[in-house]
Amino acid sequence: MMKAGSRLEKVLQAGKFALTVEVGPPRGADPEDVLRKAGELVGIADGYNVTDNQTAVVRMSSIAGAKLLLDAGCEPIMQMTCRDRNRIALQSDLLGAWALGMRNCLCISGDHQIASASGKLKGHPGSKNVFDVDSIQLISIIKEMRDSGVLESGDPIAQPTPFFIGAAWTPMAPPEEFRVLRLAKKVEAGADFIQTQAVFDMERFANAVKAASDMGLTGKTAILAGIIVPKSARMLEYMNANVPGVDVPESLIKRMAAAANQREEGYKITVELIQAAQEIPGVKGVHLQAIESEEVLPGIIKATGLLPRPQV
Amino acid sequence: MIIAEWKPLPELVDKLKGYKRVLVAGCATCVAECAAGGEREVETLAPLLRMALKKEGYDVTVNTKTLERQCEWEFVESLAELVPDIDAVVSLACGIGVQAVAERFPDLAVYPGVNTTSLAIRQEPGLWLARCAACGDCVLGETFGFCPVARCAKSLSNGPCGGTRKEGKCEVNEELDCVWHQIYERAKARGKVDQLLKVRKPRNWSNSGHGGPKRMVREDLRS
Repeated sequence: MMKAGSRLEKVLQAGKFALTVEVGPPRGADPEDVLRKAGELVGIADGYNVTDNQTAVVRMSSIAGAKLLLDAGCEPIMQMTCRDRNRIALQSDLLGAWALGMRNCLCISGDHQIASASGKLKGHPGSKNVFDVDSIQLISIIKEMRDSGVLESGDPIAQPTPFFIGAAWTPMAPPEEFRVLRLAKKVEAGADFIQTQAVFDMERFANAVKAASDMGLTGKTAILAGIIVPKSARMLEYMNANVPGVDVPESLIKRMAAAANQREEGYKITVELIQAAQEIPGVKGVHLQAIESEEVLPGIIKATGLLPRPQV
Repeated sequence: MIIAEWKPLPELVDKLKGYKRVLVAGCATCVAECAAGGEREVETLAPLLRMALKKEGYDVTVNTKTLERQCEWEFVESLAELVPDIDAVVSLACGIGVQAVAERFPDLAVYPGVNTTSLAIRQEPGLWLARCAACGDCVLGETFGFCPVARCAKSLSNGPCGGTRKEGKCEVNEELDCVWHQIYERAKARGKVDQLLKVRKPRNWSNSGHGGPKRMVREDLRS
């Protein structure tokens, strides 16, 4: 039985290998910035993640970005963090987003606002965060709105809001043994699909998925492996050292460093990672990110043989 | 204890310009323990203020007094004899003490000399770490004695976010321990990881400041 009837849900239910991509909204209000990306990416994925002020940097809201994508033929996966809104605002935005046609929602805690001051950006490190609820509680709130037609308070809503509910998983962050147990909590709370933190070490990731599978989780939720398109050896080194939960094998960094054309090598590596993810039992799809260079995605996806996307 | 830290001297100097007789009032309890507002800090700050104001062309008398506790009326009362001779008070007590002085002496200008930051413990000399958020709904019994409200940067209820760094540190500051990492390690050591698997419902924040300023009444103690 369909829960929300989104394209992503249909693809997964049909047993097809799902493919989602990330679209970061602009640091501005020009709809063309989103529509241009939509034009480049339409038809290549089953869902388009619209980030919610990632790294706590102010961007066009995920709801607005998602609506622009939806109208341009790209079915959005609206991301929602717990950092900036309490349960009143979250639920209000969920009602509004559903009214606008959103059917997928990915629940995350959200980067701390201190991350917003980075590089040339001053950001808002002095802002007050909310964290009224956490990501797991947000999942259960959306599930109740969908399955029981009630708000967190228990008060009924006029009609249920069926969302296909997503959650994040960082399988390699410490404490590593607890990560699969926390995944289990997300699944118990109602996560229909999972998009993981970027994975570069597919062998280690396969072990983590095996642990999830042994607990019966891969039968209850659809795990999509997170893959970031690497642009340079320096970027890989940076992520390895600075992004929690991201481990890049030394061999991969060396391979990238030795490449004559690191960009091209990055595309090749991405294709190999996608193909490796397809071989892992229990992995139901991939979630691709090409940060600030989404235009490279169609070529990469084409090279994996995952186009055209299935008719559902 | 309640933790506070000195406000920048220029901020205080700016507030005090024009006053002739200033009292720096300390508190011998929490802020003394955290070396922000006890007798030693009061006696250090007073001459600094006087010199800084003089440098800007303001002659001022700065007196000092450190109360046993600025958060109790009977001790605050001991300022009454000094009040006729002062125009302004810089209180080095926590926000409770500052307000007690301002409430008892409503005609007096009272300025905070510190920023009150947290409820914390002195972990080692010169290092204080937050321990309690006064959230009004204590969960320490379920989190193996570590407070995720005060000690997790996101006050998470259901385990660590994806930002835990290598060596179990917090994404916000590599000097901070990830409290959920600590909770997990202790649960594991006790063989009770299963206690962390329950999905915890959204919290009720209304017994803290989120329910409006706290007003605690104990009828049995009211005469």
